[in-house]
Amino acid sequence: MTKNNNIDTTRRNFLKLTGLGGAALCLGFYFPAEGAPILVRPSELSESEIELCPWIIINPSGKITIVNHRAEMGQGSYHSVPQIVAEELEVDMNDINVIFAIGNEKKYGGQVTGGSSTIRSSYKNLLKLSAASRELLIAAAAAKWNVPVVDCYAASGHVIHKPSGKKAHYGELALAASKLPVPKEPKLKKISEYKLIRKPLKRIDTPFKTNGALIFGLDKRIPGMLFASVERDPRYFGKVKSFDATAALKVPGVKKVFKVEMAYYEYIREGVAVVADSTWAALEGRKALKVEWDSSGFKHWSTPEIFKAQDDLLHSQEGMILKTQGIPNEILAQSTKKLDVVYQTPYQSHVAMEPINCIAHFKGDSIEIWGPIQAPGWIQDDISKQFKIDKEKVIVNMTFLGGGFGRKAMIDYPSEAVGVSKIIGGPVQVVWTREDDATLGPFRPGISYRCEGMITNGKIEALKFRMAGQNNDHWRGGAKDKPNRSTSEGFLNPYYASIKHLSIADVLFETTIPTSFWRSVYASTNGFAYESFIDEMAHEAGKDPLDFRREHLQEERCQKVIDKMEEVSGWKNRAKNEGYGVAITECFNSTVGHIVKVSKNPQGGVKIDKVWAVMDCGWYVNPDIIHAQVEGSIVMGLGAATTHQITFKDNVVEQHNFYDYPLPRINEIPMIEVYIIDNEADAGGVGEPGLPPLAPALTNAIFDLTGKRIRKLPFSLATV
Amino acid sequence: MIQLTVNGKTEKLDVSPEMPLLWAIRDTIGLTGTKFGCGVAQCGACVVHLDGEAVRSCVTKMSRAEGKNVVTIEGLSENNDHPAQKAWQEIDVPQCGYCHSGQIMSAAVLLRENPNPSDQDIDNAMAGNICRCGTYPRIRKAIHLASEMQEKSKT
Repeated sequence: MTKNNNIDTTRRNFLKLTGLGGAALCLGFYFPAEGAPILVRPSELSESEIELCPWIIINPSGKITIVNHRAEMGQGSYHSVPQIVAEELEVDMNDINVIFAIGNEKKYGGQVTGGSSTIRSSYKNLLKLSAASRELLIAAAAAKWNVPVVDCYAASGHVIHKPSGKKAHYGELALAASKLPVPKEPKLKKISEYKLIRKPLKRIDTPFKTNGALIFGLDKRIPGMLFASVERDPRYFGKVKSFDATAALKVPGVKKVFKVEMAYYEYIREGVAVVADSTWAALEGRKALKVEWDSSGFKHWSTPEIFKAQDDLLHSQEGMILKTQGIPNEILAQSTKKLDVVYQTPYQSHVAMEPINCIAHFKGDSIEIWGPIQAPGWIQDDISKQFKIDKEKVIVNMTFLGGGFGRKAMIDYPSEAVGVSKIIGGPVQVVWTREDDATLGPFRPGISYRCEGMITNGKIEALKFRMAGQNNDHWRGGAKDKPNRSTSEGFLNPYYASIKHLSIADVLFETTIPTSFWRSVYASTNGFAYESFIDEMAHEAGKDPLDFRREHLQEERCQKVIDKMEEVSGWKNRAKNEGYGVAITECFNSTVGHIVKVSKNPQGGVKIDKVWAVMDCGWYVNPDIIHAQVEGSIVMGLGAATTHQITFKDNVVEQHNFYDYPLPRINEIPMIEVYIIDNEADAGGVGEPGLPPLAPALTNAIFDLTGKRIRKLPFSLATV
Repeated sequence: MIQLTVNGKTEKLDVSPEMPLLWAIRDTIGLTGTKFGCGVAQCGACVVHLDGEAVRSCVTKMSRAEGKNVVTIEGLSENNDHPAQKAWQEIDVPQCGYCHSGQIMSAAVLLRENPNPSDQDIDNAMAGNICRCGTYPRIRKAIHLASEMQEKSKT
């Protein structure tokens, strides 16, 4: 399509960003021929290939390339995006080639892989443009054969003329198809007609993950590339007072040592970079480096002080109201039997298995970046401003990511890599050690919640939640006189219909510790407080916790999730020595319920026997990927609830590596069963919503077994 | 010069005897399937076979590897068809995939030493390998399947 695109300046794609937390993006249906300019072609493609639409590229030989416009960090976009396209385009999954798009939001719409948004924000557009592409190819064949369109159909990358059996592959038709008018309302399949979508197809990237062939960011090599390791201020915003590179420069392979800056939004972090001809030489050089920091001029926090300050705020301030209905303050003030408790969740690090890394090549009038990147568009924006290079000339290549969890949506590490490249005048890979990755943040914020509530006639009469924790938006210039809009994240909407007096407020709390998104974001901490407190209310009302939720969540979706959980878990038939706990949360348009079963561990404490998860994510692509995402979310939620936390002493993280930030291991994992609710509602997220219910379902189960209410995470299963 | 065999090929490397085998494999030889995860023998992403034993290459110095036979994930089988690799594909174990070179190399030694491992045996052998994506239930399933495949291929 590049050769004959009839560029019209009135572009038909309409982008609507509905907010960072959700990162939902509605993209209008468009074809390049109708005006969306193709700015940069992926380098893998030759000129003869026909770009029928931004996601579909057809080689004259018939080879089909499908573009994945999002990051692949384990959640399955590399498979799921093509699975959608292949369905309506009528090609076989085995016959396609998949490539990553480079950062280009004018062409692909939003590319920030966050907020579990890949499928839910793009599937309608992908279905429609794939179906339109199929109709174009059919029309091109009909014209070529001079037969009626209705006598032709598409299958397995070919158009077939039914009466004569004549056949042409897409490669023979693509050029002609690209010149035809685009159908405005292509015919879409019904869900019952799907051959690929909703089928548990095996992921197309798996074979490359079992033989070491897959190239992650850290595996990427550019000719002439050097390696760098950077010593950064452990207190985040200190300045380099002085450094002594004498010993570092004596390490064989070390080429250069210099001061470098890393932009974290409007904040600058300083560091000293050691550049060498191998990773190991850079790491050894850094060990020999001596840096003196000036960490004055900003407050240094320690963990006990953080939570004490939050607790004080929650008992002295009402905060900024995010949602309110009825008169909760008056009702609670009159009550003689209200519950009033505080929940607490810790700071957490992401620690994806692939430590942070980035390759940058500053070329003077352009910049090219390669790496494990969740947010190519944000990087383009930021680097463009910082280094004063046109956004179009900041080329961001996404490699596969060895996990991301929100950390690799940050813009700091590419910014630093570009700075290093600019100084050395060539390509460089900046490699973070595990210690750098685990301890330098940004972190999931640690948060305290004050929860107050009152029961009348077996139901919640009034409920009041206040949150005191850092607002991630503040690091990106978010307003401080407005409540954190994520304060209600995770809390189920139908509660608003059944609880007359209700308020949710955010009490402003700030530190000098950088925070940001961590898988499922605020739902991962809110969910623990809110769904534990609902459980406390159920016990206060003398009701079964599952029935109590059923009475309060009068909405079809929640009712079905509750019914399914009851059916699969045997909730009503539990034995005396078993504890059952339930929690349901909603985030990124998906509702997920967990039931956890625990029993006393003969060696002491409690053990988790089983977790049942029920996911309602509406329209979906691949049920096996959903199962995998929920299983993984449960494991990650389990770690954050029971095995690890980040703590600070004078702004320095007290943990270092996996030996003191221990992740769950295979011997700590319970049996997990996952169920998907089938419906045709709009697609919700899959990568994150399975995480928040785990912690409250677990602590609710422990209460059921032992009568002990856990209000602070993490806790040890061994000593409950 | 340090001489060793990597995936059947003799390598003579001009590197320090202090250099961890991991970096020689990745940066000097250029085989990037073996992963850097923690650098302190905690996570298992860097597991390779050294004379048939599973070792963490991030803490194995070149002086220890000298003259020995190293097998990395790239050399585990010719066609990505070791029973563990086949089972991993059948169960669709990996999510991000980063840790699975190490997971599979650990599992391969387990399956050789204990062709029919119990859940407890799997826990004991695989507890040194971390997976942040949480693919553990599938790793367990895949090792049982690999054990069956291995058994069948013998008969």
